[in-house]
Amino acid sequence: MNIQVRERPEAAASTGIKTAIADCDIHPARATKDELHPYLAKRWHSHLETFGVHAYQGMMEGPPYPKAQPNASRRDAYPPEGGPQGSSLSFMQKQHLDPNNVALGVLNPLNTGQGIRNQDLAGAICSAINDWQIEKWTSKDLRLKGSVVVANEDGVSAAAEIRKRAGDTNFVQVLLLSRNVEPLGQRRYWPIYEAAQEAGLPIGVHAFGFGGNPITASGWPSYYIEEMVGHSQCQQTALASLVLEGVFERFPRLKMVMVEAGFGWAPSLAWRLDKVFARLHAEVPHLKRKPSEYIRDHIWWTTQPVEDPESRDHLFQTIEWIGWDRLLFATDYPHWDYDEPSRVLPAGVSDANRQAFYLDNAKQLYGVA
Amino acid sequence: MARHVIAPVDELPPGSRKFFEIDGRPIAVFNVKGEFFGLLNRCPHQGAALCEGPLIGLASSSDPGEIEYTKLGEILRCPWHGWEFDIRTGQSYCDPRRFRVRAYPVSVEPGTNVVKGPYVAETIKVAVESDYVVVDL
Repeated sequence: MNIQVRERPEAAASTGIKTAIADCDIHPARATKDELHPYLAKRWHSHLETFGVHAYQGMMEGPPYPKAQPNASRRDAYPPEGGPQGSSLSFMQKQHLDPNNVALGVLNPLNTGQGIRNQDLAGAICSAINDWQIEKWTSKDLRLKGSVVVANEDGVSAAAEIRKRAGDTNFVQVLLLSRNVEPLGQRRYWPIYEAAQEAGLPIGVHAFGFGGNPITASGWPSYYIEEMVGHSQCQQTALASLVLEGVFERFPRLKMVMVEAGFGWAPSLAWRLDKVFARLHAEVPHLKRKPSEYIRDHIWWTTQPVEDPESRDHLFQTIEWIGWDRLLFATDYPHWDYDEPSRVLPAGVSDANRQAFYLDNAKQLYGVA
Repeated sequence: MARHVIAPVDELPPGSRKFFEIDGRPIAVFNVKGEFFGLLNRCPHQGAALCEGPLIGLASSSDPGEIEYTKLGEILRCPWHGWEFDIRTGQSYCDPRRFRVRAYPVSVEPGTNVVKGPYVAETIKVAVESDYVVVDL
């Protein structure tokens, strides 16, 4: 028999892409629950054993439902050595980074410490996650860059963590989530923006979050499919708040990336804001420009998800409003809604725009050569 | 059409599946309750290794609140985006584009209300000969 039979297919199912790409949303996972222990003071080991965590919302231990695939991840992304999807660097290299020619991969760890009410514990866990990113990922594969995770509900501790990591080339952005205790533009979060601007780090605002608020503005929905589309609502709330509270007026060099919430809604949000602003600007006199101008100047957008209009032209018109220089490619590896690099853009994109989209925009924004 | 012997039958007991490659084509063979099915191991949507997905049933509904679950163990769900294919025919049952685009015709089958997508996974003929699993390619 000359046919090799396998229990599993070869790992790299990717059809690959010739040109080097940046992947601006990769989710590394911990192989075991104890993996953070080396980076946490003994005081917190004993605290966790004795008191556990007190969260802003319930169901912190594991997802409340499998979210479309186990761990909301590709079923083919379990590392051969065991552990959850995204927990093995060698398997991530073999399955994703190498075949997809990833030249820059931005790590966005989720399920970190942000949702913990005890702010000292939240800060300790976030800081541990940052040490873990360096030791397990970014120092072992120079293509990978970390995101500084912070206990965002405590602006002072979050700013201290950002200042601690400032200048460390293992990190290229600060990570926030869209669902927080309050909308992201409010002043409790300003120390984060001040420290990020000072450090020259963009802020990634990733969909999801642990602020205790439901995914929609009118409560908890019935279906996961509602949660999937609800992320864009949360992101719109966050972005409107950032603009209207004057964050970009106060921090004029701040750059933000909207991660994993789509971008097709961007033009209509900007249009609505501009229209209302023309009538109600007296309420927010600290704004010196139209809302859309702050959005165009300060916001970048990752793909995955890419909206799927009936007509390719509608997608291109949306991107033209946003700007081909503002879109960052992302796969969301190893999550189940992963986008295959070679399949994400329809035909008809110029070489210059493709190059910007796949690599150059990200290298420029994140300051990576 | 060439015939390829891929494994003795006892290496593929009911409930199991095997992956292999013939002439550069990734293929998987399934034993579903004693019946053998072969599929190209590539999802027509974004190219995932389709056959690593779970075999599930087909959920359909005539009205909200009325749910029928049929074809148990005969629907293959892609490991990436969850697109569903009938393992017998490779027919797609889960084309998200269809649910949005009304211009496409919707076919209704007896007892179900499913939409058959235009994406058909490539099926490979599998036969059992003298206790060997044979693939026609």
